Amino acid sequence: MKKTGAQIVLQSLQIEGVKAVFGYPGGAVINLYDELPNYELKHYLVRHEQAAVHAADGYARATGEVGVALVTSGPGATNTVTGLATAYMDSIPVVVFTGQVPTALIGNDAFQEADIVGITRPCTKHNYLVKDVRELPRIIKEAFHIARSGRPGPVLIDLPKDVLVDTTIFEYPESVSLRGYSPTYEGHPGQLRKAVRALLKAKRPVFYVGGGAILSNAAGVITELAVRLQIPVTTTLMGLGAFPETHALSLGMLGMHGTYRANMAVTESDVLVAIGARFDDRVTGRIDEFAPDAKIIHIDIDPTSISKNVKVHIPIVGDVHDVMNKMMVAVNEMSEEAHEFAASHDEWLARIAKWKEMHKLDYIQEEVIKPQYVVEKICELTRGQQPIISTEVGQNQMWAAQFYEYTKPRTWLSSGGLGTMGYGFPAALGAQVAFPDRLVIDIAGDGSIQMNIQELATAVQYRLPVKIIILNNGYLGMVRQWQELFFQKHYSATEMSAVPDFVKLAEAYGAVGLRATRPQEVESTLKKAFSINKPVLVDFVVAGEENVYPMVPAGQPISKMLLV
Amino acid sequence: MRHIIGVLVENKFGVLSRISGLFSGRGFNIESLTVAETDDPAISRMTIVTLGDDQIVEQITKQLNKLINVIKVIDFTDTDHVTRGLMLVKVSVEGSKRLEVLKLIEVFRARVIDMAAKSAIIEITGNEMKLKAFLDVLAPYGIKEINSTGIVAMNREVKARNRYKT
Repeated sequence: MKKTGAQIVLQSLQIEGVKAVFGYPGGAVINLYDELPNYELKHYLVRHEQAAVHAADGYARATGEVGVALVTSGPGATNTVTGLATAYMDSIPVVVFTGQVPTALIGNDAFQEADIVGITRPCTKHNYLVKDVRELPRIIKEAFHIARSGRPGPVLIDLPKDVLVDTTIFEYPESVSLRGYSPTYEGHPGQLRKAVRALLKAKRPVFYVGGGAILSNAAGVITELAVRLQIPVTTTLMGLGAFPETHALSLGMLGMHGTYRANMAVTESDVLVAIGARFDDRVTGRIDEFAPDAKIIHIDIDPTSISKNVKVHIPIVGDVHDVMNKMMVAVNEMSEEAHEFAASHDEWLARIAKWKEMHKLDYIQEEVIKPQYVVEKICELTRGQQPIISTEVGQNQMWAAQFYEYTKPRTWLSSGGLGTMGYGFPAALGAQVAFPDRLVIDIAGDGSIQMNIQELATAVQYRLPVKIIILNNGYLGMVRQWQELFFQKHYSATEMSAVPDFVKLAEAYGAVGLRATRPQEVESTLKKAFSINKPVLVDFVVAGEENVYPMVPAGQPISKMLLV
Repeated sequence: MRHIIGVLVENKFGVLSRISGLFSGRGFNIESLTVAETDDPAISRMTIVTLGDDQIVEQITKQLNKLINVIKVIDFTDTDHVTRGLMLVKVSVEGSKRLEVLKLIEVFRARVIDMAAKSAIIEITGNEMKLKAFLDVLAPYGIKEINSTGIVAMNREVKARNRYKT
C-alpha cells in the first residue's frame, strides 16, 4: 500500500523509536500535523521554534537518545538556527524536520520560503532537502544514523510540501550506506599501548574529561580507571557528572571559572590525558602556558579535534568508551606496574589536597541572598535524588557549575560551546518529558530566562513540573562582571532596570510563582517549590554585584586566577 | 604556503557549497577550484588550490574528510604529482605582431582557435609555470582577455615515478 510523505515521516519516526516530538505547526507541514494523531508519538507544542530544538536537545542530553523537532518553513525554520548551532557546538544528536514550500516554488521567493539547507549548512552535522518522496525513507534513516553515530550532532531534513503529499510504497531501509562516512570507533592498539606506557610513567598525572565522555557513556569506566590508578580528575563544563565530584580524586571543573586546584594541577601535570575534550579556549586560557610540561594524550572520536588548539603527543582517534575500556584491559595486564604507579604519587595528591585547602570555592554570605548560597542549598536539599539541572548562560551557569556537586552523567544540561542564553528552560522541558518523575531544575538569570520565558505556557499545557530558579540580580551579570573588572565599572547596557514581576508572570501563565528576598527564606522557599507538582518559578532576589570567582582573565594562563 | 587539495565527493547538489563553505567560514580565499564528474557519474572530483600555513590546511583537510558527502581528500603538496590547467587567451595580433605571436604559440605548443583581424584566441594547457610564462611572453603584444580553468592535479603512480627517476 502506498503512503504519503507525511505518513512516511511519522512511521519512520516510530521505527526509529522516537516517543516525543517538539514542534510548531504551519502551512508547509499541515499535512504532517493532520496525520500526527494517527501515530504513537507525543507531540509537544512549544511557543517558539528555537525552544523546540532546545527541548529536543535537552531530551537528547538527558536520555542519550536522538531528540526530534518539527517546524514549518520560512520563519519556523530560521527560528531553529540557534537551537541547531547550540546542538552542533556541543555534539548533541538532534534531528530537525522543517517544512518547505512545494518543490516547484523553491527559489522563487515564495511565501514563507527560506533556503534553510543553505542557512544551516555550517551549523548542522549534515542536512538534506528532500526532492522526491521516494528518497524520504532513506534520508530519514541516514539522518538518524548520522545524528547519533561518530561525533554526534544535529541533522536537518527539509520537507517540501508536495513531498509530504506525494505517495510511494513505504519501505524503511535496514542499513545505511554512506561512502564517505565511517567514524573510527576503535582506538589504534599501538597508540593505546604507547599511551598506557606514558601514563604509567607519570609522576603528576591528570585526567581532563570533557563532554565526549558523557556522549559515549564512558563515565563508569573513566571513574573506575581513575580510582584504580589514583589519578585526579578534572572535568570541563560539558563533562560535569562524568566523574563524581564528591570523590576525593575530583578536582572539580577547570578553565576560566575552574577551581584553583584543577587549574594548578593541569598546569603542573606531567601527563595530561584529555578524554573526549577539545581544548576549548575557555578551558586552556593562554595556550602557550597550558600544561607546559605535560605529555598530552588525547582521546577523541573526531580527528579534527586533535592537535587543533594544542600540540598532542599521543593522539588516539576512537570512541572514548571503547578506548577507555581497552586502556582498562591494558592496565589490568600490567597490574604490577599499575599497582606501583597508583601508590607512587601520594605526594602529588597531597599537593592537590593542599591547593584545595588553600583556595576553596567560597563566598561571603551577607544580609542579602548570595546566588552561590541558593545553588548550594539546592545541592543540599536534592542530595541523593539526582535531579537534572539545566542552566541558562552567564553567571547563573557558572555558579550552577561550581556550587552543585554533580555525581552522575546526564544530570547537567548546559549550552557549553555556543553559550546560548535561553537554552536552559526549554532544555529542562525536554528532560522533564523524558523523565516525568524526576526533579528537573533550570537555574536561570533574570536576563537569560527572558529569552524563552514564553515556554511557561508549554510547561503549563503539558503539566511539566519544571522548577525555574531565577538568580535575579537585575543585571546581565557576566557582562557586568567584565565591565566591573576590565572596563572601570562602565555598566553599559547591562542593567535590567525594567524586569517583569516574575511571580505575577508565572501566575499569569498558570504556573506557580514564589519569591525570596532574604537568606533565611531560601531553604523554605526551595522546599516549597520542590514539593509542588506543577511548573514553579522562584524569583530569588540576590546580591546585585556578586562576581564569579575564581576567574582567569581572557588571554591569561589558567594558573593566573583572580581568586576573590 | 600554497596547497593543492584533491577531493572526491558524491555528485549531489549542495556539495560544492559545503566544501567552499569550509574555506569561506575561515576567511580563506580559494585560488582556484575545478570540479567535474568522474568516470563514475555518482562521484565528482574537485581540485582546490589555496594558501595557508600547514596547520590550517591540515585542519581544513580534516574538516573536509568529516563532511558526509566527501569520499576522499588528498593533499598533493607533499606527493609526486602532475598538474594541468587550460587557459584561453585573447591577444592582439595587429599588423606585424601576428607572425611573431604565431611563432611563440608554436614554441609553447599552444593552438590558435580563433583568428580575427585584430585579435586571436589561443588555447594552451600546461602546469601553472608554463601558463604564467606564456602570459609573460604574450604580455608585450597586448593581452585583451584571459579565462582559465584553474588547476587539476593527479598523483603519479608509484611505478611510473620510479621509472621516471631512474
